[in-house]
Amino acid sequence: MLPPVFGVLFDGIAYGMLLFLLSVGMSVTLGLMNFVNLAHCAFGMLGAYVTVMLMKNFNWNFFATLPFAFLAAAFVSVLVERTLYRRLYRATDLDQVLLTIGLAFISVAAAAWFFGTTQQPVAMPSYMRGSITFFGLNIGIYRLFLIAVGIVVTILLVMTLEHTRFGAQVRAAVDNQRMARGLGIDVDRTFAVTFALGSGLAGLGGALAIEIVGLDPHFAFVYLVYVLIVVSVGGLGSIAGSFAAACLIGISDIAGKYYVPQLGGFLIYLVMVAVLMWKPAGLFGKRS
Amino acid sequence: MTASDPAAAMTPQTYMQSLSRWRVLEIAFWLATLLPFWLFPTYLSLASQIAITALFALSLDLILGYAGIVSLGHAAFFGLGAYSAGIFTKFVWGEPFSGLLVAALVAGIVGFASSFIISRFRHLTLIMITLGLGLLLHEAANSMSWLTGGSDGLQGVSIKPVFGVFKFDLYGYTAYGYALGILFLCFLFTRRLINSPFGLALRGIRENFTRMPAIGADSRAHIRKVYTISAIIAGIAGGILAQTTETVALEVLSFERSADVLVMLVLGGAGRLYGGLIGAGVFMIARDQFSGIAPQYWYFWIGVLLVVVVMLLPNGILGGLSKLTARWRRK
Amino acid sequence: MSAQPVKGTVALSARGVQKSFGSLVVARDINIDLPVGARYALIGPNGAGKTTLINLMTGMLVPNAGQITLGGEDVTAMKPQERVRRGLARTFQINTLFAGLNPLEAVTLAVCERRGIAGRFWQNIAANKDAIEEAYEILAKLKLGDACYRTTRELPYGRQRLLEIALALATKPKVLLLDEPAAGVPHEESGEIFEVVAGLSDELTLLFIEHDMHVVFRFATHIIVLVGGAIFTQGSPAEISTDPGVREVYLGTRKHG
Repeated sequence: MLPPVFGVLFDGIAYGMLLFLLSVGMSVTLGLMNFVNLAHCAFGMLGAYVTVMLMKNFNWNFFATLPFAFLAAAFVSVLVERTLYRRLYRATDLDQVLLTIGLAFISVAAAAWFFGTTQQPVAMPSYMRGSITFFGLNIGIYRLFLIAVGIVVTILLVMTLEHTRFGAQVRAAVDNQRMARGLGIDVDRTFAVTFALGSGLAGLGGALAIEIVGLDPHFAFVYLVYVLIVVSVGGLGSIAGSFAAACLIGISDIAGKYYVPQLGGFLIYLVMVAVLMWKPAGLFGKRS
Repeated sequence: MTASDPAAAMTPQTYMQSLSRWRVLEIAFWLATLLPFWLFPTYLSLASQIAITALFALSLDLILGYAGIVSLGHAAFFGLGAYSAGIFTKFVWGEPFSGLLVAALVAGIVGFASSFIISRFRHLTLIMITLGLGLLLHEAANSMSWLTGGSDGLQGVSIKPVFGVFKFDLYGYTAYGYALGILFLCFLFTRRLINSPFGLALRGIRENFTRMPAIGADSRAHIRKVYTISAIIAGIAGGILAQTTETVALEVLSFERSADVLVMLVLGGAGRLYGGLIGAGVFMIARDQFSGIAPQYWYFWIGVLLVVVVMLLPNGILGGLSKLTARWRRK
Repeated sequence: MSAQPVKGTVALSARGVQKSFGSLVVARDINIDLPVGARYALIGPNGAGKTTLINLMTGMLVPNAGQITLGGEDVTAMKPQERVRRGLARTFQINTLFAGLNPLEAVTLAVCERRGIAGRFWQNIAANKDAIEEAYEILAKLKLGDACYRTTRELPYGRQRLLEIALALATKPKVLLLDEPAAGVPHEESGEIFEVVAGLSDELTLLFIEHDMHVVFRFATHIIVLVGGAIFTQGSPAEISTDPGVREVYLGTRKHG
């Protein structure tokens, strides 16, 4: 028999994988352009609603909807990037915060208009719903699947970043944008692609999150807070940082709610403030 | 140059003096705040809500508009003030001014303590820290329900008459007079502050953070000071809310309140002293007028407004107006 | 606070100052002594580390090794503003001004900071007559008197360069480090800026970075040549102008008077 701490760890990591998918795009785009995109989770929410619609109205299989959740979020993010964000790259933090909060408000209202304010139920395929018992520990199959997806995405991202030409350009641009431009890297294009990729991953994360945290129009704000915490704790522009921070925050949140329920969601904020006091640039960040 | 040329008669000192001279428009503005007593007596409770929110926006303007600190958690101090005044009034003493003093004190102490964290950071990390501290406090108030009433709110706050004479009446005459009076006093203080050497130093921080050390300035000390002052004013605003509504809801500490006040300030024009006041008025009146629609659609229009302001009106309503008048004068 | 400057003593010195970013060494065993009242020029090709050296001396960068002393006091661990208060001021090669303030406000701010009254939030700025008048005097001396009510960002570029110097002077420095005071100013006007520099009190210790060799030879009594983050050579203008090594690495194809 394994003590319950392993169950908490397991659930925490599964939850952390969701947070990782939702936040990794924001971390990289922030590192690239210093652009504060508070509408990031609106793209995650978009992906989630795409999945719900395809399943409910067209009876699609859950897995079949996932690529479309990714593509829809990526596509819309490119539209927004081209029309609005592009003009604000050199603007102040405040302007970026205001514009993107405005977009998040709009997305919440739009979601409520189209889908109502109630929770959207999804019916997972039956083989995803059960759990297996491992040394007396109940392991949800869906959570196991989440961890697998998280690890696969991490490996793919790291491989892309480390071993492709595009990845080298992204790394150079995060490291030193001026030098990258000097070397003839088209930073704007690199950014647009990265932005689409990051938003797509958020869309995928949103779709995968429905089963765990549900879906209503407040998703864009509720998870924004978690994403911002993960990004600032992990450090800007760092995939490893986002991964570590997402696990840390996921485990802290589940453990906090399990062991000290009277504190509620208190623990993650404490973790965040403590980490930032200790390392202002985040765990893996080079600059703040 | 003729004697009537104002520049000829101006010495550097009289020029500095002229910057803080009261303008006719300002006097007209404050006289106009008295109109609701006679013109809209049925809207007095809205008017006192506006006065409270305007005071809150004024406190944010000190750090955002003058020192350039973007905060997404300023409701922390508003809420602290509201709970402190509410709890003090309920359990200790119902006299209103001493309640406000307690609110100011508690918000000021927490503001001073957190200013040591705030002054170490800039940009995204700073935004995150302010957000985190705000949420932390929100969670704390929620879990300490034995003291705060948790999500049911703090009930049974009964307040004594102002100066022992003016009872808080159902129509809100006293409430508005009280809120407006405190707002005006805090405004006078803030107005003096921004026309002081310290106010100049704050504008220096906003205009060029990196130059400040090169002229021998300790920007962090300045930021700690203004953050504490801002927290005190926000706490007073929260205190008035608790006293005039005789309850405190958990919402005083919410992220929405922090976001709303930011929106109002930017809408009115940050760093312009009257920006927060005008923004609060426009925002609150609009929300009251559209109170029939569900809150999420209200936020839709706020969202549209934000996008428009950022893209087309970067200095808010007041900035747009002053641009217009400048263009008109040139013609 | 250190005592009044005495001629012949060292006002500012760097001892074995070293700085690197990763594997890139930007300052290599720098030793400099600026005597009180010096008029020293710091020259060298682009990327030689001249601005870095000023950043190291003023505390905007922290050296990996070495020591900076100001009037005999070790200031290596001090923050920039603490060094400013002890009399070490600088100007910036790229205008680093308060764009939304006018020159009178900006210089008054610097004067208030020096007098330790910039934290007074209860007092109208206009009540500090002395500070405002002192600020105006500095501006008038630099021929900015007529421009002092105009917003900085609307001033002509040459005036902005003068305001750079005015802000530094408002701190009442004993040592002033000028980073290309006439950078970006058309050749005809740069003389005007250096006339201002030349007119500064001879008790003030000066080190300036400059590319124009005419100007350097005219105003400097001593020249330090920096190459690749290290001091290549130093000496009087006559020695430097005839040094074949300097001609090769720095003057190169350029001709001078």
